[in-house]
Amino acid sequence: MLRVVTVYPDLLGTYGDRGNGIVLQRRAVLRGFDAVHDEASSGEPLPVADLYCIGGGEDGPQRLAVERLERDGTLRASAADGAVVLAVCAGLQVLGRSFAVADGTRADGLGLFGIDTVASTEPRAVGEVVVDGAARYLPLTGFENHAARTVRDEGIAPLGHVVVGVGNGDGTDGALQGRLIGTYLHGPVLARNPALADWLLAVALDVLELEPIDDDPSRALHDERLGAAGRARPSR
Amino acid sequence: MRVVNAASRLTGRGRGTVAGGRVALRVAPRLLDHLSCGLKLALVSGTNGKTTTTACLAAALATSGVVATNATGSNMLPGHVAALGGSSAGTAVLECDEVWLPRAIPVECPSAVVLLNLSRDQLDRTAEVRHVANAWAASLVAYRGVCVANADDPLVVSAAQSAPCVAWFAGGLEFRQDAIACPRCMGRVHFDDADWRCECGLARPEPDAVLGDGTAIVDGTPVPFAVALPGAFNLGNGLAALLAAVRLGVDPAAAAAAICAVRDVAGRFSELDVDGTRARLLLAKNPAGWSALLELLDGDDTPVVVAINARVADGLDPSWLYDVAFERLGARRVVATGERWRDLSTRLFYAGVAHTTEPVPRRAIASIDADRVDVIANYTAFAALSGGR
Repeated sequence: MLRVVTVYPDLLGTYGDRGNGIVLQRRAVLRGFDAVHDEASSGEPLPVADLYCIGGGEDGPQRLAVERLERDGTLRASAADGAVVLAVCAGLQVLGRSFAVADGTRADGLGLFGIDTVASTEPRAVGEVVVDGAARYLPLTGFENHAARTVRDEGIAPLGHVVVGVGNGDGTDGALQGRLIGTYLHGPVLARNPALADWLLAVALDVLELEPIDDDPSRALHDERLGAAGRARPSR
Repeated sequence: MRVVNAASRLTGRGRGTVAGGRVALRVAPRLLDHLSCGLKLALVSGTNGKTTTTACLAAALATSGVVATNATGSNMLPGHVAALGGSSAGTAVLECDEVWLPRAIPVECPSAVVLLNLSRDQLDRTAEVRHVANAWAASLVAYRGVCVANADDPLVVSAAQSAPCVAWFAGGLEFRQDAIACPRCMGRVHFDDADWRCECGLARPEPDAVLGDGTAIVDGTPVPFAVALPGAFNLGNGLAALLAAVRLGVDPAAAAAAICAVRDVAGRFSELDVDGTRARLLLAKNPAGWSALLELLDGDDTPVVVAINARVADGLDPSWLYDVAFERLGARRVVATGERWRDLSTRLFYAGVAHTTEPVPRRAIASIDADRVDVIANYTAFAALSGGR
């Protein structure tokens, strides 16, 4: 059975982030796999899972999430055991080594990703994003809303390059390291990007390809948003 | 100002209530101080229920004289200038955008500020709901009027407690997702039925106004209270208006009667006839609004048309659709429409809700072969439908 867990929706769940867990579970079940999705509150021990989804949140809850994940230990152990982790927005920063907080200080992340998130004097990045490149889950369409910028260690790949929007702030978006996937495309990014959802599922289920889903409305949504993004926001 | 309003209407750029106010504020930045000077003014703010509560409070205060109000929902400072500048009333009730409230309080010196609730809404504009609560708290420290606040919402309570004089009403809280992490210490808020508390000491204050069975009990005295507007959330809005009216000196029974008589608020819950189908118009702009409406619709099988847009006034990002429990629409007939019908259709698909799609809202209503349908729309989708009555 495939177990999908949304991590701490009470702390990291600002933008409909639980949608990613819902999408993964449904797309697995529609292919005939046995799959469950649990939302694990920060007050309880984090369950062991095959796939974790970590969402966005505000500064305070974000720091608290790091503290509790560190104390709990399950996410770190599961990631070492090969669990797939999708982290969006503040979730990406949580997995990194450090992130900037509003009072000008820095806070420690979990350090699973070789990235640091730093304060920026640029305006807050808010709007539609398109990320492109050669990987099979690209192009991605999404929405971002964050103030900080993210710096990757040498050797840590981004998810792709930013065609519309800001992302990490250096022309790329997110980070990819083993089975850890992070992106600034926040909230239910998988709802708009069925190819990314299916790639995560294929990795977690250890299969090469997944059957297409009949009458899947998200494919047309993906195409429509890609078209709309270029009109909504001038490219860099 | 009236010239600019007329120009705004003529050129089709707006309804002509805000443009005049905006120009007037540019010419005379201290205009609001003058307009609100000597006025008995109440401001109503919060994520949901502002327009309804404003209408209820205006009705209650109108029992003792003429009341100015921004009934069109133009709820930022230019809209306030327009509402006050066009009236000679000695009393005013203005709904106030939650982000603008901290700026309105010091310049408008209201006699009462009504705080309804705070939850995620238009996050591309308001950034973070806790920042809004903190800004409210800061603006209330030096506030000298009465703050009428919802005892059931931890975010509202944490903000209102910085005001020197607070009257609490038990307004309910449908959507708790933004209130689970304590606004003061980030610990976990424990809910037990209506009661709530956090280990840090933040807890539900004893309310001065509560709902009874067909009554409202204000300061221990019951008055008959059967609100004409549907839904538990409108009882809460009515209770907020009642407590504010009483604190502003209106007789409780007279205020309650006036509030119960309010039926149509800016087109909400009104009916639209589309080719012989009676469509009831319901507004839901965010997860909390949806929670309240799903509660209202439970146990009914009337077909539902859902219309979603994502313009600036709606919030440009419809990610919040995944915070709405659409599963609860269940087996009834559902049609997805509005400018973002594909986002909605995808959300319904993942919720396992069978539905059809039709991008044009009026056609979506007409596509249902039924005598009556419920139409749930977010802000600009709702405005387009109710404006076309």
